[in-house]
Amino acid sequence: MNPVMELGDYLWMTFAAFLTLATFSFLYKDNPLYKIAEHLVVGVSAGYFVIILYYGSLKTQLVEKLYDGQMVYLIPLILGVLMWTRFSKKLAWVSRYPIAIYIGIATGLAIPLEMQTKVTEQLQAMMVELHWGNLFDGGLLNYTNSFASLIIIIGSLAALIYFYFSKEHKGWFGGVATVGIWTLMLGFGASFGFTVMARISLLINRVQFLDQWRITSVGSAHQEGSGSYTAVYILILVGIFGLLAFDLIRTKGKTDTDLT
Amino acid sequence: MKRQIPLALVFIFGWLMLALYFIPLEGAQKVNENMLDWTSIIGIFALALGIWSLITVNLDRIKHKKRDWQYSFITLFGLFGMIIFGLKFGGENSMFQGQESYMFRHFFNDILIPIYSTMFSLLAFFIASAAYRAFRARSALASILLIGAIIVMIRFFPFVAEYTRPVADWILNVPNLAAKRAIWMGVGLGIVATGLKVILGIERAYMGRD
Amino acid sequence: MSNNSNKGFFDRVMLLDRRWVFLVLAVVVVSTYYIPMNVPVPASREVQTIFDAIEGLEEGQKILLAIDYDPNALAELHPMTYVIMEQCFRKKVGVIITSLSQNGPGMAEQAILDIVDSTALPKTYNGVSYPGREIVNGVDYAFLGYRAYFELVITGMGQNFRTFFSRDYYDVLLDSLPIMKDVQNYDDIEMVIDISGSNVVDAWIKYAAARYDVKLALGLTGVMTADYYPYLGSGRVFGLMGGLLGAAEYERLADNPGLAMDGMKVQVWAHLTIIAFIIIANIGYFGSHKKRGL
Repeated sequence: MNPVMELGDYLWMTFAAFLTLATFSFLYKDNPLYKIAEHLVVGVSAGYFVIILYYGSLKTQLVEKLYDGQMVYLIPLILGVLMWTRFSKKLAWVSRYPIAIYIGIATGLAIPLEMQTKVTEQLQAMMVELHWGNLFDGGLLNYTNSFASLIIIIGSLAALIYFYFSKEHKGWFGGVATVGIWTLMLGFGASFGFTVMARISLLINRVQFLDQWRITSVGSAHQEGSGSYTAVYILILVGIFGLLAFDLIRTKGKTDTDLT
Repeated sequence: MKRQIPLALVFIFGWLMLALYFIPLEGAQKVNENMLDWTSIIGIFALALGIWSLITVNLDRIKHKKRDWQYSFITLFGLFGMIIFGLKFGGENSMFQGQESYMFRHFFNDILIPIYSTMFSLLAFFIASAAYRAFRARSALASILLIGAIIVMIRFFPFVAEYTRPVADWILNVPNLAAKRAIWMGVGLGIVATGLKVILGIERAYMGRD
Repeated sequence: MSNNSNKGFFDRVMLLDRRWVFLVLAVVVVSTYYIPMNVPVPASREVQTIFDAIEGLEEGQKILLAIDYDPNALAELHPMTYVIMEQCFRKKVGVIITSLSQNGPGMAEQAILDIVDSTALPKTYNGVSYPGREIVNGVDYAFLGYRAYFELVITGMGQNFRTFFSRDYYDVLLDSLPIMKDVQNYDDIEMVIDISGSNVVDAWIKYAAARYDVKLALGLTGVMTADYYPYLGSGRVFGLMGGLLGAAEYERLADNPGLAMDGMKVQVWAHLTIIAFIIIANIGYFGSHKKRGL
């Protein structure tokens, strides 16, 4: 990213920074600035999709081919237009024809590959030779040794048994199911740990963007004025955080309970 | 007419696609190719329905002055603004250069990206608050989840990474893999079963009522 | 402390206004961004395999880079796209880019424009000096853009890319692009790298990797990553980059530090804060229960 940019681009970037802060203001409470941002993004996103859909799909896949005289493309065109009968109460049933074709094709396409990737290949991956002699080859935490394979086999089967509700989880069956739920919990824990990192990443990205905006502002200003830009940036941040803290102390006791 | 033909269509096209999966003949693949192309064209018209309903819902809100109706103008402004700036006509010197035009790019880069990504970054705060409110070591099972999560969380910390990283990698590649494998197998069997029910006409929810 | 005030303390911990939690996290994230720290990011096996696979490609070979995410996942996935695209451009590996997510083409275009600028400058990575060079659309890369219904598109591309993409994103006929001259379908590219923040990744696994036996590696958001280890185990995907850490590991391997490595120092402090929250809340929970004799 270039710290010195054209004025027009800089103004756009400043607008983006403003929208970022406007969206953050929701954390304090819902307010008109946030609502504006929220409604704007819905519209812009849908408008973007219209353009992408037309120039990306419709134009090249259908319109051009019809212009070229490939009249067989009238068939998908007609079937597609039939979708719009949904708007009529009387004719809505006609839209079932194209929907049925789509569902038939999508389902037929998916069935064998769902079976292959999610079931048979997963079973295949568990059919490994176990070396009982050196179970812990490469150390306890080596996840390619026979011990790891054994844990994966036991864990997967036990977790599958946990999901089997047609037999009561009692006796040996209940014992295996318990191993299954322990395995699942470790899996969910790993997912949660990853999720925390994911959410924080989103926040860090916005901080990086605002800092980039600060650097750009400094770069666009005169050399001698650059220090004061950074000072203003810090002052704004401290001001926002300070005001929030002050307000939280002031309204002590009135905790908000609308969300956790 | 209303129910039998759609059921027949699902049955025919479902089996056809299944059959084409197993037939490696060139002619069959050509049929396959065209069917994919056509189906996606049909689908595009369904996507247009979504855009249309966004417009009508917002116009309706303005017309009946429902709660926050003023904001609907902003949604419509964004929608039509983006569409107009994304149009392509008038040759090389025109302002309308489609997806490459100045305004279209800036609307995406400086309106869509900052708002959209900031809205999702609010989740960072909500997960912190959820961790504070809900993450309790109430039972042995909850404690296992907590321990798994914390080891994965601290796997890249300076000073401790040397010890936590191998443990976290082991958790991810062994128990986590086992757990997720069981879940995927369940999901896979479920999808296959539902899919067969759809093709055979036992599952008909996609047709709606009447 | 008397029994009463003690009980009050634990209860107050339990009922803390969530906006305090927000404020503390915000202050931590913003302030620690300016504190330099070195975070160790040794590459895990699943990231190393992706790097090695791309590093092993030769000039003129081609990969397909699928940019299937919207701005909500840009924080984690943009760094992956940037570092892989630059690595390919520097090594003169052809990159065919598709984008099957609704707002994906804009993300792809932003990445392409930035990396074309960056590759114009001379740089040294892992001790190898690369002169700056001009990246030409249609020669060094092709940007095919978006088509609706990704499962159909991915399946169709297995027969011929032109089934769905007769023209590229810039409305140019695919047949007139030099990079696409000898490319019919997946057989003519070395691998697919899917950087995804949604279920498009499942379609790549099923309809490309399984159906046409394409070599596939994934770059995923942190939320999704842990769920995709079984595919690594079954060998259906050969590599997996997860979240900002995965991106940072790749940046370190490629010797091209970017936003991911820059962000990892904040991750440490933010994670510490959240762990502290969990501990405090648990102390409050057990404290208040003990006092009530539960």
